Amino acid sequence: MSDPALVKDHKDGIAASGSGAVAALRRRLLGPAALQKLLAFASLVLLLIYFSFASPAFMQTDNMINILQATAVNGVLAIASTFVIITAGIDLSVGTLMTFCAVMAGVFLTYWELPMWTGIVAAILTGALSGALSGAVITKMKVPPFIATLGMMLVLKGLALVVSGSKPIYFSNTENFSMISQDSLLGVLVPDLPIPNAALILIVMAVLASIVLNRTALGRYTFAIGSNEEAVRLSGVNVDRWKIVIYGLGGAICGVAGLLLASRINSAQPALGQGYELDAIAAVVIGGTSLSGGTGTILGTIIGAFIMSVLTNGLRILSVAQEWQFVVTGIIIILAVYADMLRRKRG
Amino acid sequence: MSTPLISVHGLCKSFPGVRALHNVRFELLAGEVHAVMGENGAGKSTLMKILAGVYRKDSGDIVYDGVGVDFPSPREAQAAGIGIIHQELQLMNHLTVAQNIFIGREPRKAFGLLLDEDRLNRQAAELLGQLNLAIDPRTTVGGLTVAKQQMVEIAKALSFNSRVLIMDEPTAALNNREIAELFKMIRALKARGVGIVYISHKMDELKQISDRVTVLRDGEYVATVPTAETTIETIIGMMVGRSLSDARLVGAAPAGDIALEVRKLNCGPLVRDVSFTLRKGEILGFAGLMGAGRTEVARAIFGADAVPSGEIRVNNRQVTIRTPAHAVANGIGYLSEDRKRFGLATGMDVESNVVMSNLANYLAMKVMLRKRAIRDTAGRFIRMLNIRTPSASQEVRLLSGGNQQKIVIAKWLDRDCDILFFDEPTRGIDIGAKNEIYRLLRALADQGKAIVMISSELPEVIRMSDRIVVMCEGRITGELSPDEATQERIMQLATQRDTMEGRLTA
Ligand SMILES: Nc1ncnc2c1ncn2[C@@H]1O[C@H](COP(=O)(O)OP(=O)(O)OP(=O)(O)O)[C@@H](O)[C@H]1O
Ligand SMILES: [Mg+2]
Repeated sequence: MSDPALVKDHKDGIAASGSGAVAALRRRLLGPAALQKLLAFASLVLLLIYFSFASPAFMQTDNMINILQATAVNGVLAIASTFVIITAGIDLSVGTLMTFCAVMAGVFLTYWELPMWTGIVAAILTGALSGALSGAVITKMKVPPFIATLGMMLVLKGLALVVSGSKPIYFSNTENFSMISQDSLLGVLVPDLPIPNAALILIVMAVLASIVLNRTALGRYTFAIGSNEEAVRLSGVNVDRWKIVIYGLGGAICGVAGLLLASRINSAQPALGQGYELDAIAAVVIGGTSLSGGTGTILGTIIGAFIMSVLTNGLRILSVAQEWQFVVTGIIIILAVYADMLRRKRG
Repeated sequence: MSTPLISVHGLCKSFPGVRALHNVRFELLAGEVHAVMGENGAGKSTLMKILAGVYRKDSGDIVYDGVGVDFPSPREAQAAGIGIIHQELQLMNHLTVAQNIFIGREPRKAFGLLLDEDRLNRQAAELLGQLNLAIDPRTTVGGLTVAKQQMVEIAKALSFNSRVLIMDEPTAALNNREIAELFKMIRALKARGVGIVYISHKMDELKQISDRVTVLRDGEYVATVPTAETTIETIIGMMVGRSLSDARLVGAAPAGDIALEVRKLNCGPLVRDVSFTLRKGEILGFAGLMGAGRTEVARAIFGADAVPSGEIRVNNRQVTIRTPAHAVANGIGYLSEDRKRFGLATGMDVESNVVMSNLANYLAMKVMLRKRAIRDTAGRFIRMLNIRTPSASQEVRLLSGGNQQKIVIAKWLDRDCDILFFDEPTRGIDIGAKNEIYRLLRALADQGKAIVMISSELPEVIRMSDRIVVMCEGRITGELSPDEATQERIMQLATQRDTMEGRLTA
């Protein structure tokens, strides 16, 4: 059933990679951490193969674009969650924060009729501030992350409804807004590859997040705090400040997700959002990030996000009843994390 | 005489229900090694944590380098040049050695935006080289042995180039060679004028390394004396307020039937063909260097890791032990050497921990906890082991290190196993309490229990054991009776390297 040739190719590709700087770079990008993700990656490939055989509608360009679009939103949210989860924290507010950011973009662009860039800045800034606020509640008021962000989740849900008057805000004044997510820059250059911008944005976000996580002080403290917060504090690092920054960064990334979603449906839907946080968390843990903190990769998270959206999409195409879609998705999440646990034990 | 680097007067610090320090005096000169001694819970760590900015003082004066200070957090103390190695390891297990050492001070590149991992690893390698440590700076700390982790902590503290370096029981997990290496470093620092505070429960280290000793008892200052002119007995007397004997503790009766027989036990590289017998009423000492495989033998028998091959017989009946629950059901108990990781639920209170492995005995109708009985048992052990805690409902993490260790012992005593493995039972325990624990082990043996005591402190093994088994690199290299056992003889067996391996690599 599994496709050994494909897996083997992948491995050989790494082993046979060029010499010198290229090899070093490859090792960095695809190093052991990435190899560990092979398992999640293999399950993703398996799912793709299964669905393409099961339904001819699956491997159609339109459907693939759908999947990319859906993954973009959940993937970006999952990136935000990855940072927080590596610190051994949790952010339940990412879904409603995403919506609130989209609503704020709507306020700037549709209510106030300001230029597009202000909407983008407003969404990202709103996310950053809200995330930082969660961080401050967690560090300064010492409210556990689960509770603090549960509270924020409801607060933001309410605020999104209040600000929008409980009605969708359409981006009718900003013609280009839908381009952010729906157009295909790549498709213009390479007509055979009509990959939507949303997917490109996801890739760019993933690369940036990887760099931040693995090569900057912020990333180092993210892992360190998740590994042993007290030790970091005793080392003279201002843990509170860094945690606020980490939650703030997560919030800003939620702002990007909000823009992607709003642009995709060309409107800000204030009632949407709740529930996205659980999909994001599922993607993160399927990708091998531990909820107890200290370990995790962005690549894993992205693969996790793809598994989630391929699964949802595929089941829908196979006309599996909604009820059973939930059941299957739930079981897959548990199995994926269980497989990861087994691998870890052996490794 | 030069002006002191640190001088402390009238220092007081209380925690809820505990007066940890009362009117304490302390003085540290540049270029001196100043030992701080005292029983578990005497307040040594608390005093040091205040100096290092971890705790705030309640009242009193701290003068550092001529000015009064009150550090609000470790950062300020570090910036002022006060470094500390904490009693409990404070490492980030998922990070590498280099990343741990330079946490908060990572070298940067690209205008400070990115971390410079190459430089980080180079600097760490340099530092480890100075310490003569064969550790790759890129290994993950969580995979190192406790001893190596301790050396990483030491390297980290040294990397600050502090003017004051506080070491809170740095040698608790180190072997003699590592200790010698550490002492060499300390002497070098001393020559550079660094003031060093040294806390240890190992009395022999005092004479080797310290210039002066300050003794604390029950949170109060007792005296400061020059080490060279004071006998160990005097210092012990000041610590515990009475004198202690160090006579051998022999059993009341000869050993009885065989309680445990192990034949050809194999489990990974550190348990190779291990065979021994253990009789009722005897204390069998396991000696050897750190990493000789003694802990692994105990864990293999206890079912804590992979299932070992070989034969285990309890009371002449062959048993298969796959999990610790099996082991306990067969009357085998194991007291872990690493209490923080395996021994205690530190976030829970004293009484919950004491009855943890024996909860079934404290249930009414098999479900409801019998609070009164739990509290009574906890109270009994608190008195019996002289555990310093304001009450049985204090969280264990708030107790001093030595008192935490006593809780682990209480926990297993309550389980009432017939065969008990004590893995480094007196690590980090003060000399008074050590004697109590020795007496306790002997009393247990006299009750007919079979006891294995794993210890890296040779005097302790020699003093306590009825027989001594010595291990090296996973094998038993010899067995000694107490009469033939000298420190030299044990060390000889403990370093009897496997010749097979030499041949293989040659
Ligand atoms: N954070 C805390 N909260 C409550 N009580 C504490 C706290 N820290 C220490 N104590 C108590 O203060 C007293 C002194 O503890 P300290 O850790 O200074 O002892 P110590 O001399 O270092 O002992 P040991 O040799 O066992 O390490 C103990 O009774 C301990 O239980
Ligand atoms: Mg202490």
